[in-house]
Amino acid sequence: MPRITVTVDGITYEEEVEPRLLLVHLLRDRLGKTGTPVGCDTGNCGACTVMLDGKSVKSCSVLAAQADECDVVTIEGLGRAGELHPMQQAFHAEHALQCGYCTPGMIMAAIDLLRDTPDPSDEAIREGLEGNLCRCTGYSNIVRAVRRGAREMSGETPAPATGGEVRTS
Amino acid sequence: MIPATFDYIRPASLDEACHVLRDAGDSGDDVKVLAGGQSLLPLLRLRLAYPSALVDLGRLPGLRGVEDRGDHVFIGALTTHDEVLRSPVVREHVPLVAMATATVADPAVRHRGTFGGSLAHADPAGDLPAVALALDCVFIARSAEGEREIPAAEFFTDYLETALRPGEVLIGVRAPKLGADWGFHYEKFTRTAQAWAIVGVAAAVRSEGGDIAEARIGLTNMGPTPLRAQVAEEALRGLGVAHGNGGGPAPGSAPGSAPDGARDPVRDACGQAAEGASPPSDLHARPDYRAHLARVLTYRAVRAASA
Repeated sequence: MPRITVTVDGITYEEEVEPRLLLVHLLRDRLGKTGTPVGCDTGNCGACTVMLDGKSVKSCSVLAAQADECDVVTIEGLGRAGELHPMQQAFHAEHALQCGYCTPGMIMAAIDLLRDTPDPSDEAIREGLEGNLCRCTGYSNIVRAVRRGAREMSGETPAPATGGEVRTS
Repeated sequence: MIPATFDYIRPASLDEACHVLRDAGDSGDDVKVLAGGQSLLPLLRLRLAYPSALVDLGRLPGLRGVEDRGDHVFIGALTTHDEVLRSPVVREHVPLVAMATATVADPAVRHRGTFGGSLAHADPAGDLPAVALALDCVFIARSAEGEREIPAAEFFTDYLETALRPGEVLIGVRAPKLGADWGFHYEKFTRTAQAWAIVGVAAAVRSEGGDIAEARIGLTNMGPTPLRAQVAEEALRGLGVAHGNGGGPAPGSAPGSAPDGARDPVRDACGQAAEGASPPSDLHARPDYRAHLARVLTYRAVRAASA
């Protein structure tokens, strides 16, 4: 059985994994990171999006074995010490969720978009989130929230944790 | 769904990978090469494939990156779609590759999915096979016996089937640089943002003094393999690109009609884009609708590429 070393939200784990174990199941079932949901299980919906070495991936489409020696950040690793990440705060402020199931993936994809496009237009936000589906169809508020999150992450406020960092606990 | 069980092998070198694949082929095992996994893992999860082992090439050194090699651009098989899109060499010298890659799936998938993986997977609904055909790319395969070149026209043999032999690995693709007199466009028709193409058209057009000197048209999802629209390519040769209006009338207008009533020979030629194709029928489209799309999208793509 492959033995992997993987850092998740700042903590390094050594795990023996069955080859067919998907990253999302490692996160949820082994490590208790249930903040990352399984949505469609076909690679379409993006609910399970996490950061793998700083880039967004759909964790249902990555084997745990492929994440060996990688750094993973989930929705649970974004905030620090009881404080929400600015993008999480923005989703809250703009009421950018209804059922909330797509929210973790939306937030990870939004933070990924801002790596290249720190001040995205509405169109860039919609394109950047094209791999994330909201079946409540609450897209307008999501776009507003990403805009707000981008403003708040743009440096006017003290630099908060971003998707590229990990919590050290 | 959870995939069926398989063994996981991560070779440390390309040579080791070739030997593992050859041995597996000799013993009749159904092994699959894993690159980015963005096509393969969904197939495993849906239990549409039951390989006995995956050979993970994802970390092999030397198969990743884009190189300017004078008369062509070499794209390593493990270069991710995201890396292809970020490459200034690709954008400058093989812009058709960049145009099509930008339409592949979504950002998260493009971070993992690879250029070579999507070609070797050979899904006729994939965007890159038609581009490789239109550009007359050359595929480089490596096995324990050595390297072999496969022209794009011979690479795609059937639905999800390629000319790669058991034990062979696609290590990269040579994309010829076409000159400044060439224009390019990829036109894709989808139902939703991230969806596969219902039909796609990759067009490369060489213009000479206001005429189309040469047109190469690759069709996505118009048969079990990507196709060249050869009849339309021949019909376009020598036609003036200035005729008709650039945007053309709305799709669905009678073939060859321009708004002023004059016939547009470019539109007539593109009307033959589906000749010889055998488009699939599925829940998205019937064959006759796909043929219609091929004609309309070819006209748009040729117009844009020759503008």
